[in-house]
Amino acid sequence: MTDRPPVSDWAKDFDHLDPRWVTEPYQIWDELRRQCPVAHTERYNGVYFPSRYADIRAIAYDTEHFSSRRVVVREMPPRVPTDSAKPKSPPGASTLASPPITSDPPYHRPARMLLLPAFTPDAIGRLEAKTRAICGDLIDRFASNDRCDAATDYAQHVPVAVIAHMLGLPEGDGEKFRRWIHLLLHEGIAENASFAQALAEMDDYFRVQIASRRSVPGEDLITFLLGAQMEDQPLSDEHIIGTLRLLLIAGIDTTWSAIGSCLWHLAQHRDDRRRLVTEPALMPLAVEEFLRAYAPVTMARQVAKETTVGGCPFKEREMVLLSFPAANRDPEVFPQADRVLIDRAENRHAAFGLGIHRCIGSNLARMEITVALEEWLTRIPDFDLADPASVTWSHGPVRGPRKLPVVFR
Amino acid sequence: MPEHKVLQVIVDPERCQGHNRCKAIAPSLFELDELGHARVVGDGMVPPGLEDKARLAEANCPEFAIKVAQA
Ligand code: HEM
Ligand code: SF4
Repeated sequence: MTDRPPVSDWAKDFDHLDPRWVTEPYQIWDELRRQCPVAHTERYNGVYFPSRYADIRAIAYDTEHFSSRRVVVREMPPRVPTDSAKPKSPPGASTLASPPITSDPPYHRPARMLLLPAFTPDAIGRLEAKTRAICGDLIDRFASNDRCDAATDYAQHVPVAVIAHMLGLPEGDGEKFRRWIHLLLHEGIAENASFAQALAEMDDYFRVQIASRRSVPGEDLITFLLGAQMEDQPLSDEHIIGTLRLLLIAGIDTTWSAIGSCLWHLAQHRDDRRRLVTEPALMPLAVEEFLRAYAPVTMARQVAKETTVGGCPFKEREMVLLSFPAANRDPEVFPQADRVLIDRAENRHAAFGLGIHRCIGSNLARMEITVALEEWLTRIPDFDLADPASVTWSHGPVRGPRKLPVVFR
Repeated sequence: MPEHKVLQVIVDPERCQGHNRCKAIAPSLFELDELGHARVVGDGMVPPGLEDKARLAEANCPEFAIKVAQA
């Protein structure tokens, strides 16, 4: 990864890939919310970081000024000189569209409606038994030891197996999926070559899958997309591939991070652990509170038209980090925002986004997190971090523990 | 007649994005359509004893799509 100069002023020169931001962002955000609620940096060709719930909400709702055509802040080639100021599309732009997450109105709605029926609570409920079995099998592999890595031995496998099942892909390809995600969302944030490499490999992979469903249809989401129509037209292969890429990426890294953060919290809070074991009915509230406090996903927008939000100007073509995690820590909206209260009853958190792009997978993610925690606590009710210093966190749009060694008591 | 404070829940379909917090909290007051968006069960009248659930649904909807009003 490129060397980056250290940050001396978070308000004027923040860097969301700075190791301090990656490991312990919450205090930095609290400080910014008090002193400079819309921070800015010249890095990455110019990025804003609003930290107040109200501003983040306003931006998520304002699709006229804030476009989803770019949703990840990445190191891009240097800005073109102002005399040819038209934004050049990045290399491979045509293969980058992942409807509906990269779509704006009016294209967004039909692409989204298409997917919604497959992700309703009823549809997801039918996957619960399968998910429970997946979790049980994973725990069988390490339960008789006295330790495991809760991220790499457990959390990361749960969503991979579930989404592979939904898409009708071999579970054994999980390693491949994780590598692509790593290249796209982690290395690819700073290295364009890794990014392009992963896109090309995914493209090839999905073309093969599509061809095989065309000859032998299955009962999976790929087959469903092949038969789906949008405005009376079948979907183009590009649309299908973009959507499959989105489901794979959005479905795995996010949920694995959420499960990991829950276990990271529980490893350090014996009282919360005990309460969830003795009062299992608290689980739904606890899951919402973990989602609030450790929200894993920070999407981005590109400023489509100059505007102001919260009294601050936003310049055209710069990027905005839409930090739902920071919104969820705003004390104006959440009393004792910096405390994790597993029985918090009023919790209007924004972990799954706000407005038209609300996470399509939210019902699936909630089910996976709940089942993964229930199964873990049934088998391993008491556990601690093996060594707090060895826990590592991902950087980029999705935050969660990537190494999480725990010992069982 | 003693005055009853009867409550009614209302879902604004323009605002609802299908977060499904309301139905998770109060399944007897809210139901979902085939896309996962919420509507009230029946006429939205809150049966006695469910007032707290109605208020909690209102307070947890991320899109501010739910209103609880005096019927
Ligand atoms: C804890 C786990 C998850 C979190 C925190 C999360 C978070 C989010 C957020 C914040 C957005 C909004 C993006 C934006 O405003 O630009 C989003 C969108 C989306 N998510 Fe998730 N997600 C999770 C799991 C999943 C899963 C399991 C799937 C599906 C397999 C999924 C599929 C999607 C899709 C398709 C969109 C795009 C929706 C649209 O643009 O209309 N997500 N997610
Ligand atoms: S909680 Fe709000 S946004 Fe979610 S389904 Fe209910 S009314 Fe709709």
